[in-house]
Amino acid sequence: MKKSIKKLISTVLATIALGSVLTGCGGTNSGSKSSSGNVTLTYGIWDKNQEPGMRKMADAFEAKNPGIKVNVEVTAWDQYWTKLDAAATGGSLPDVFWMHSSQSARYASNSILMDLTDKIKGSSLVDMKKFPSGLVNLYVDGGKNYAIPKDYDTIGLWYNKKLFDEAGVAYPNENWTWTEFLAAAKKLTNAEKGIYGFGAPMDLQQGFDNFIFQNGGKVLSDDKTKSGFDTKEVKDAMQWYVDLSLKEKVSPTQTQFAENNYTTFFESGKTAMGLFGSWMLSEFAANENVAKNCDVAVLPQGKQRATLYNGLGNAASANTAHKEEAWKFVEFLGSEEANKIQAESGVAIPAYEGTSEAWMKTQTKFNSKVYAEMLKYAVINPNSKEAVKWQKAETETLLKAFTGKAPVNETCDEVAKKVNEILATEK
Amino acid sequence: MTFDGKSTTKKKISKSTLNEWMWGYIMILPTFIGLMVLNIIPAIQTLILSFQKSGSFGKSTWTGLDNYKKLFQDPNVLQATYNTFKYAILVVPATAIISLVVAVLLNKKMKGVSVYRTIYFLPMVAAPAAIAMVWRWLYNSEYGLINYTLSLVGIKGPNWIADPNVALISIVIIGIWSTIGYNMILLLAGLQEIPRDYYEAANIDGASPIRQFFKITIPLVSPTMFFVVVTSIMSAFQVFDVIFMLIDQGNPAIEKTQSLVYLFYKHSFILNDKGYGAAIIMLLLAIIMVVTVIQVKLQKKWVNY
Repeated sequence: MKKSIKKLISTVLATIALGSVLTGCGGTNSGSKSSSGNVTLTYGIWDKNQEPGMRKMADAFEAKNPGIKVNVEVTAWDQYWTKLDAAATGGSLPDVFWMHSSQSARYASNSILMDLTDKIKGSSLVDMKKFPSGLVNLYVDGGKNYAIPKDYDTIGLWYNKKLFDEAGVAYPNENWTWTEFLAAAKKLTNAEKGIYGFGAPMDLQQGFDNFIFQNGGKVLSDDKTKSGFDTKEVKDAMQWYVDLSLKEKVSPTQTQFAENNYTTFFESGKTAMGLFGSWMLSEFAANENVAKNCDVAVLPQGKQRATLYNGLGNAASANTAHKEEAWKFVEFLGSEEANKIQAESGVAIPAYEGTSEAWMKTQTKFNSKVYAEMLKYAVINPNSKEAVKWQKAETETLLKAFTGKAPVNETCDEVAKKVNEILATEK
Repeated sequence: MTFDGKSTTKKKISKSTLNEWMWGYIMILPTFIGLMVLNIIPAIQTLILSFQKSGSFGKSTWTGLDNYKKLFQDPNVLQATYNTFKYAILVVPATAIISLVVAVLLNKKMKGVSVYRTIYFLPMVAAPAAIAMVWRWLYNSEYGLINYTLSLVGIKGPNWIADPNVALISIVIIGIWSTIGYNMILLLAGLQEIPRDYYEAANIDGASPIRQFFKITIPLVSPTMFFVVVTSIMSAFQVFDVIFMLIDQGNPAIEKTQSLVYLFYKHSFILNDKGYGAAIIMLLLAIIMVVTVIQVKLQKKWVNY
């Protein structure tokens, strides 16, 4: 008996060992010289939808720079950062890769990213004034530029035309204020059928942060040392937002969102309106129900107009073996020509001034041009070095308010206290 | 001279044994390397990491016991430890008893026994993530099969995964369901090693099947049962995947369901504080070690070799 147990244990262990060895063999690569002596660069991205567009930009670059080849390498978002982190630790980063604002400060302050400041100054192709300043600043650390903006996204109000027609409510228009928005949401809500006017989940970028800015509040102080959650503007906006599900009952509750997320609610026609970022366009276009029945409008306004915007940047590795070539490629990606190619691919809104018109022309399914129009009054997505930590602290604490266990007012004070503690560690 | 004689005899023995030893070591080498590289070295590194404040990209600073001080003041850790114990206490006895009963029933000679064995073992073959997704649909309070079935008999089912008071039970149910098959196979192997003679003798003496079960089956299967209980407790303490798949970030039940490993995941991989995560996992290691030592001590009382 004992023997057979031991045998079993060792077999199990051996299987596990072998399994881990096999899975551990995933490919790692970085820019390397090809056989003909030419330089091959690796371009790391995470969005499969954008791969064809990126490939076209790389082709245009290759045509101009004979002797440099570019490999576009897609890693899904879920693994992208784990892989990039490991590659940065091990010194085998792709030569050029996408950067996201939630990670950039960490990468820049650890000298993982190439300092582009002087190179940009001396460049004839790239002019940082051509990009929205909020985007440029996302990738500035200690006064130095570490990435060139690639694209941007904003948040829009999606609505289900079929549900609006059934309830006899006029479609959202750009003059809508919170009052009209709430009145429409009430009319659209049909408890019997399980249909809600709006989806108000506990989400920052596609949720309450937009309303905070519309109410004149601030998520972070301008110098990023204090949370704005203990101010009246933020508290009022949060109270209004939480009331949507708990008091007005025009939105499913957080408990309901725990089972089916807010995207599912909207896609299955259970919520008539919802806030979604422009990155959802390709998913919505592929969804039969949304493609047929839904469209997008600008966000309703509170005391002022506001929507959150954010964007990716192209960065280069500080330790690449091909510094000159990598810079050349980043420079090209930041040029007007490359942004036009990106615009025509239609997947992301290019960041270069004046190129978004070309992108609008590719948008035939939805009224997506509102996303680009909202840039005028858009506020940059709140960000700092420890953003991941204080965002987590915000949602963990706010859960009490969203489930009605604690008053919004007190919870907001608690959020401010926790966020301030985290911000204090940044210095 | 006596000294010399001794040493020569010693040498003589060691030459043949040495050869035998060498082959012995060569034979265990693959497993040994696997254990070393995949288990022991990472475990030591984790211990070292738990004394550090981890910065980005492998740059860490030594902070001594800071992580542990924080650990014992963190209400989330206390709650997670409580959740983990509650899960283990609910899952382990239930799996042990149910899988023993199933194993005994499937140890009979009957038609299609291998089909039943396969069915019971199936959850073990399926990926945990896939299992959790299927259960998530079953548990859905509005459209799920479970609440639909309950509604047919006029019961309004609970909100299985979002109600803080129920969610852990839902996780326990999946935990029991998915481990029965594996334990059943182990116990079945144990049962088949019990000689038939004992039962025949007991039959002749007029012992009832129930009495046979308690007087013959249980004592003789106890070594396997011990193995099953020890491994079940270990895996119960390490519960993570089902919770991770079932309970989303914004779920109101998260506080009442997150286990120690879930907390470890959150700190190490979401908040990127790998040092604190390592300290949490060290706490878990200590708990499992203490529990296992207690079990090994207690086994003398009920395990018959």
